[in-house]
Amino acid sequence: MNRRQWLTAGISTAAGAASLTVAARIANKYGLIPPDHGGIYGPGEALTYASQRLLTRHSLAREFSRSQISKTPFPNGEPPPLEAYQRLQANKFAGWRLAVDGMVARPASFSLDELKAYPPASQITHLACEEGWSFVAEWIGVPLHHILNAAGILPQAKYIVYFSIQPEWWDSIDMADALHPQTFLAYGMNGGALPPGHGGPLRMRVPRHLGYKSVKYITRLTVTDSLKSFGKGLGSAAPEAGYSWYAGI
Amino acid sequence: MADPRHPATVRLTHWIATLCFFALLLSGMEIVISHPRFYWGEDGNSLTPPLFKIPIPASRSTVPTGYNYTLPDQNGWSRYLHFQAAWLAVFIGLVYALYGLFTRHFRNRLLPDFSWQAISTSIGNHLRFKPEPSEDYNAVQRLSYLFVIFILSPLVVWTGLAMSPAFVSAFPLTVITLGGQQSARTIHFFVTILFVLFLLVHLVMIFLTGFRNRMRAMITGRTKEHV
Repeated sequence: MNRRQWLTAGISTAAGAASLTVAARIANKYGLIPPDHGGIYGPGEALTYASQRLLTRHSLAREFSRSQISKTPFPNGEPPPLEAYQRLQANKFAGWRLAVDGMVARPASFSLDELKAYPPASQITHLACEEGWSFVAEWIGVPLHHILNAAGILPQAKYIVYFSIQPEWWDSIDMADALHPQTFLAYGMNGGALPPGHGGPLRMRVPRHLGYKSVKYITRLTVTDSLKSFGKGLGSAAPEAGYSWYAGI
Repeated sequence: MADPRHPATVRLTHWIATLCFFALLLSGMEIVISHPRFYWGEDGNSLTPPLFKIPIPASRSTVPTGYNYTLPDQNGWSRYLHFQAAWLAVFIGLVYALYGLFTRHFRNRLLPDFSWQAISTSIGNHLRFKPEPSEDYNAVQRLSYLFVIFILSPLVVWTGLAMSPAFVSAFPLTVITLGGQQSARTIHFFVTILFVLFLLVHLVMIFLTGFRNRMRAMITGRTKEHV
């Protein structure tokens, strides 16, 4: 290479590095960096999350007609073999509670009846597993934003962390998903109560994500501005098991 | 005759694309192993009759495969790698496509002489394993490259994105026009098969026409005649 080529290469490398730094800073400011952005797959993960967040902040998951509801919704697993769960189930889940805490003005706890007292909403949406299979079902529940409004989320809130009665299952979503009109706390399915195999009595339903984000048997929500203090700080149980936090693809 | 050497941009994008290809193929195979059944339409799962299935064991015990054991689950890193490699492949593909358009690389090197005579001669040469007379790409070769670049590559990105629940929430037509999410997955699988067939023929042709020389041409840009 001659001197001019070296100079051009040097200037473009410096410009490239500078614009990457600026891009990373802007992305961070607008909440476009996922919690599992470290490691060798961090760049791909950050690109996917940032681009999908920019393209899909307010988009609605496709809704289907009643005739498109799957005849064979696959439950993917048995109800948890936990004594605490079985005791609640024996009592028709009358004692099931959903706790809401963290960055809220009024920490609260809801029974299923209290959740059902909110105007019920329903959606007929597609649930796709990361493995490749899927089904379409009607989900009935209360939009999560109603519950968040009831508890009064503080302005610095950035994520909602949700926990299952199964200690190995917990996850989190950003505010774009948490306040999204189709993000439900679902207690019904296809016209009836949510069956235990599908997460009954209460599951999260996040239709713009793959199925593993729709965690079953929800008992607690925590509102937070940082995911660092939850588990290994990667945002959910999924990255700790090698799966991505963001599941929009 | 055009300069037969491969330009530096073509060589660089070729090898990065090769790297992406194998990363996507390996991770894609791992993902398929978690559910080696295919469906048509919007939905399909272990309780639905499949369109077809691959007769292999699965990495999940919930899939009825006929085998009484499951393979280790590799989906976590496979999915991370698949999307990271897809991003790189799309970027490098765009660099290559812009380069090809603006330098007239596509027009000069890949657009074939569409006359029936030229194409039938080229097909005849292939069937008789007769070396092509020119250093330029022959008609069959050009058509194969154009098919991979302008049909298979966009189709594999499209069918891939049509499986993303967030992407299709913003662009629902991308999945509706394919007939549903499971149709998109099935087409994605068949496009992969075509990519693999292309790779096999591509490798056979490289060996038949001189492995060392063809590798040197794609790495250094020079063939023997130019040394």
